[in-house]
Amino acid sequence: MATADHQAELTRAGANINSSWSRFTYYVRRYPLGAAGALIVIAFVVIAIFAPFFATLDPTTTNARTSLAPPGGQHFLGADFMGRDMWSRIVYGARISLMVGIGSTVLGCFFGVIIGLLSGYYGGWLDLITQRFIDIMQALPLLVMALLMAASLGPSLENTIIAISIPIIPHVARVIRSNTLALREMPYVEAAKAVGMSETKIAFRHVLPNTIAPLIVLGTAQLGSAILTEASLSFLGLGVPEPHPSWGRMLSESAAEYVRTAPWLVIFPGIAISLAVFGTNLLGDAVRDILDPRQRS
Amino acid sequence: MAEPRAQDLPIAPAAGGASLSNGTGTGPSQSANGKASAMAAEAAPVLEVRDLKKHFPVKKGLLRKTVGHVYAVDGVSFTIGRGETVGLVGESGCGKTTVGRTLLRLVEPTSGQILLDGKDVTNLSKNEFRPYRREMQIIFQDPFSSLDPRMTAGQIVSEPLEVHGEGDRSQRRERVAELFRRVGLRPQQMDNFPHQFSGGQRQRIGIARALALNPKLIIGDEPVSALDVSIQAQVINILMDLQKELGLSYLFISHNLAVVEHISHRIAVMYLGRIVEYADKKTIFTAPRHPYTEALLSAVPVPDPRVKRKKIVLDGDVPSPVKPPSGCHFHTRCPIAVARCKEESPALVEKAPGQFAACHLR
Repeated sequence: MATADHQAELTRAGANINSSWSRFTYYVRRYPLGAAGALIVIAFVVIAIFAPFFATLDPTTTNARTSLAPPGGQHFLGADFMGRDMWSRIVYGARISLMVGIGSTVLGCFFGVIIGLLSGYYGGWLDLITQRFIDIMQALPLLVMALLMAASLGPSLENTIIAISIPIIPHVARVIRSNTLALREMPYVEAAKAVGMSETKIAFRHVLPNTIAPLIVLGTAQLGSAILTEASLSFLGLGVPEPHPSWGRMLSESAAEYVRTAPWLVIFPGIAISLAVFGTNLLGDAVRDILDPRQRS
Repeated sequence: MAEPRAQDLPIAPAAGGASLSNGTGTGPSQSANGKASAMAAEAAPVLEVRDLKKHFPVKKGLLRKTVGHVYAVDGVSFTIGRGETVGLVGESGCGKTTVGRTLLRLVEPTSGQILLDGKDVTNLSKNEFRPYRREMQIIFQDPFSSLDPRMTAGQIVSEPLEVHGEGDRSQRRERVAELFRRVGLRPQQMDNFPHQFSGGQRQRIGIARALALNPKLIIGDEPVSALDVSIQAQVINILMDLQKELGLSYLFISHNLAVVEHISHRIAVMYLGRIVEYADKKTIFTAPRHPYTEALLSAVPVPDPRVKRKKIVLDGDVPSPVKPPSGCHFHTRCPIAVARCKEESPALVEKAPGQFAACHLR
């Protein structure tokens, strides 16, 4: 019955689950917002990878004559106070922002998941100790924590990623731990114990997959805030060093001085950051739904 | 639904053969099974439980000091013979579920002995106990939370096979298809997820999972309580058919006396962590000895409205298992209690052939 209904529903929805192209169009129809998010993210990724093809000028070449040139002509998004082309800087900035955002989120989630899972599943002293450590880490705001890390590691791209990933760990660990606490009491976990499955295998096979939904929501939210944190760090001189273009630094270094006289210096990097965060959030919501079998049929 | 079942028998060559030679594998008929199973139980009990206790510590304060215990199971003994169903009944909180969970070492027993096929498995380590898990499986009450929502029905059923390293992928898949047919599911449904099944179908998946390793004993922890009445009957019939075909033994934990009466050969009545009466089904329902059994039975609704029956209404609530009453646990609510009941705990003794009761007076 269930099989027939499922198939029928898919067919009604215009899907033929036998081909991957049809499945793709089915998902696009079903999650239009998610598709839009995916499109935005893919666009950013493509731009980041093929930055030299998209950039019209070198992003680091300064030119006193074109300083603060308004959008139009050669600099179609304008130029900054050093005469560098805004469009090219945004294009190259996508590399930095996405690398920092994705890198630190993945790194932070990876360690956060492991700590949260072990802490929640095994409990006892391990849980007590890790939770106190996480309390200490969470007592500091994300930015302050990242500042601390960045200052002690020194400014470079890798260090920025590490610095931003560390404050993400406790957030992820908390969420995963609380989910794990609930999941480990589920009868299907008991059923796995009853057949003699090892505890570690249960944790990774039955508990972890069921924490994916909150993890994806959290991860996409953290991706946005990681991009913003990188912006803040760069503003304070602790992020990705000059002359690499970073959206955050472009935004922050011009915000105070030029927002009235040359608003394009603020608006365009701002749009880039917003779009990237918006896109990842839309995509994350859809991926969470698609990964949940209960939402699928 | 109506898949041919008799043909796909080679599901359990070892277990099936053994039970056939015992004479119970073909299924004891309902009328004679009280005696037959009692004899089978004496010959070779699949499970013997001796004085099983499970006390959960109650911890309080910063240092988690133990301030008391919940006496969930407080000295329970019984046996289950090959091909026999023992019903374990009692009201909520009497410890019947804990008994089932303790048998499977989902909770560690405090003391007592669990003998599986005559072998004491109580003090085995987790790893040593693993092979014995093949002999004993469990069906859970809630068909929704007992199946991992992220696994397909086929994966769920083949998981026990994987854990015990049985066969390769295609052999396991074949075996799962066979199990699906056996519990009345179509093998094509293997790749569906639990949420695509109805409650009754999900419980069938649970049964198929419990059957996967050819166990001798299945513990049903209220396996039909969460289902609609019409579905309950289907699931119970499946369980009874499987018993006939495979010579399975069941420990059927339930608070529903009508269901227990239908499926069980013998019935154990629990009250506050102890078995108060243990006898074959007919005796329990026609000549109960323990006043608690009497009260419990009188609470069963009778379908005929003209039949007037004396209802025994017990006063008060079940006492807390943290501070169980002294002597006989039931004396606080017993209509016939005397002074002795307060001081002395009655032993479960054979009052009549095959009928055990724990009462000073009857």
